[in-house]
Amino acid sequence: MKESLQQQTIDTEKRRSLYTLVVVVLGCAIIVSGFIQANAMNSGHFQEGLTKFFEYPGEIVIEAWQAGRDFPPLLIRFLPALIETLNIALVATLLGGLCAMIFAFLGANNLSVWPFLVPIARRMMDAMRAFPELILALFLIFVLGTSPVPAMIAVAFHTAGALGKQFSEVNENIDLNAIEGLQSCGANWFQRMKFGVIPQVLPNYLSYFMLRIEINVRASAILGFVGAGGIGTELRRTIGWGQGAGDETAALFLLLILTIFIIDQTSAHFRAKLIAAEKTDERD
Amino acid sequence: MSVATTPDSIAHGHQIVLANVRRRTVITFVVMAGLFAYLSYTWFAFDMTGLVQSAKPERAALLAKDAVAHKVHVTKSMRTKDVVIAVEGERTATYQEPPAWVAQNDQTTTVSLGDNYTVHIFDKEVEMIVPDYGTIRVAIVNNRIETTLPEGKETPEWLRATPAKFDARPDLNKRVQVSRAKIEVHRYFTGWENFFFPFSSPLASYSAFEIASLIVSDERLDPIKPNWKLVFDTFWSNPDWQHGNVFIALLETLLMAVLGTFVAAFVGLPMAFLAAKNFTPSNVILFFVRRLFDLLRGIDMLVWSLIFIRAFGLGPLTGTLAIAFTEIGELGKLFSEALENIDKKQVDGVRSTGASKTQVYRFGVMPQILPIFISQGLYYLESNIRSATVIGALGAGGIGLMLVETIRTSRDWENTLYLIILTLLLVIAIDKISSALRRRLIRGKVVQT
Repeated sequence: MKESLQQQTIDTEKRRSLYTLVVVVLGCAIIVSGFIQANAMNSGHFQEGLTKFFEYPGEIVIEAWQAGRDFPPLLIRFLPALIETLNIALVATLLGGLCAMIFAFLGANNLSVWPFLVPIARRMMDAMRAFPELILALFLIFVLGTSPVPAMIAVAFHTAGALGKQFSEVNENIDLNAIEGLQSCGANWFQRMKFGVIPQVLPNYLSYFMLRIEINVRASAILGFVGAGGIGTELRRTIGWGQGAGDETAALFLLLILTIFIIDQTSAHFRAKLIAAEKTDERD
Repeated sequence: MSVATTPDSIAHGHQIVLANVRRRTVITFVVMAGLFAYLSYTWFAFDMTGLVQSAKPERAALLAKDAVAHKVHVTKSMRTKDVVIAVEGERTATYQEPPAWVAQNDQTTTVSLGDNYTVHIFDKEVEMIVPDYGTIRVAIVNNRIETTLPEGKETPEWLRATPAKFDARPDLNKRVQVSRAKIEVHRYFTGWENFFFPFSSPLASYSAFEIASLIVSDERLDPIKPNWKLVFDTFWSNPDWQHGNVFIALLETLLMAVLGTFVAAFVGLPMAFLAAKNFTPSNVILFFVRRLFDLLRGIDMLVWSLIFIRAFGLGPLTGTLAIAFTEIGELGKLFSEALENIDKKQVDGVRSTGASKTQVYRFGVMPQILPIFISQGLYYLESNIRSATVIGALGAGGIGLMLVETIRTSRDWENTLYLIILTLLLVIAIDKISSALRRRLIRGKVVQT
């Protein structure tokens, strides 16, 4: 009996090792063949690109250096564009978060007032999450014209789905005793939510919300590049000019990197404070 | 707490709770007011009022119509005097024989636009018969366009007539335009035209059944290649829809996302061991690897893409590297946090059996970290397939670039809709595959999400 158990364990282990080996070999094969394929499809190739890799960053750093005293004013000049990008991200996160809260209440099994809405709300969140922001942004730019609003709506749409899913998971994990306690002293639905649910879910909500702001700042900056305004639009302009605008490009890069770095660090700090025990690192 | 509940202590506790509730209500109110103030500020910062005025909702209607319909142009050039009937005005899709709704004789061309609208095209004159309205006459006289409305009728709002141009669009399905150079009549039909085979191909007139029987028959339509290959090649190289190119673009986007995530996960994991407090060989290395992760994440995919586009040109390699560089930072940080939180007991248990260092990693650490590695890797794959469409649009190529280009030219919206549908299908497919894999591979384990 004992021997056979040992034998079983060893067999399982051998099988597992084989699986691991297969996965690792397969992974390596995918990476290598993928790179060969990607390299063949690319207009510039890996080897020559590698030598040019530092050329462009070097070029703009040198131009920024040559600008000398004119460089700091550039940072201030592009501040409004940066603020526009931040506004897009923040409004999108707020509005998307608001929709997400509604979806999360409708999509959580344990709270829903109308159970038949649960699957509908969930499928809607899935669809909104899967919809690429780029498509919505391009369509809205076509209809509404070049403005920050299309990017804002596109990002908010995705946010509603992504945050909605995370919020509804939070809702489903709450302790129902608090609600029962409130119910036993005669609290109505609104009061039960206010005193029983919100205090439980708020820290998690805030933490996901902050993570989402960071993601959305990145998304808004990128969407600016396809014509939605903000720092991305400025970047496209300066890059399109090619040589000579290197100092401006460098200023924009610096602003963007600094902003993302600051938001990243602050949100990580506050999230760690909010939920010391729980891990919240998830993007979608 | 074992406090005796006296009426006094209850009253006291009541006071404290009430004070807390009141304080929270005030905080809630202040936060709400702050949010409202911020949103009102952005209302002006985004110039919402200006946007509402400059928005072109009719573009959305036009787009919705055009995305599911195609139009046939009947064009008379004033220079050559020829009347050409062509799908979307494409030279490659010109009718040799006029379709049933166009009647031609020596002098006049009569176009029936449906709903009893009829247009007669004469030498330099057009008659447009509008039911319940009358006949509108447009003539090109001395390089000016003269419009005559039926007597006693007002100019309808769908009509714009100037000496330079006449443009009538009674509804989305029909349009008549007259300029000095040409007379052009559009009629819309529902459906995607020539989706499978190009207009000029002999296969275009075949029904689905005929195509099927053609494929199985041995009699070759084209002596050089078998029928199935002919059918496939004609479909694949369709010049209007470019199925082949679209497929390659989709593949490029997929390649960028999969390869980028793979590289990031497999490079990020070993680096994560260096950045985890309980595994790092030295705190100096820990500090530098963590800063490297911050740097890679902070530079952001946008900046990485722009740098890589300069270095490597257009293509999937550029997108792959941009995704990989950003996500090494993201995944590396995530994995290192997960490593710091693993259960020590399992590691100690394996060590207590006299296992070697590799065996401790293999049986004590890896089984704990693997579910997080897989689930997070798959989550990031889902998000990266969307990112890949966006960085494609920046210039890295793939379906993103194709989308931006078709939208910018905004000529054939059915092509755009086709691309959108395919992109959505790709994203949804990856989502489904990844969630199925997640469920299958990490069954029964509580996975941090």
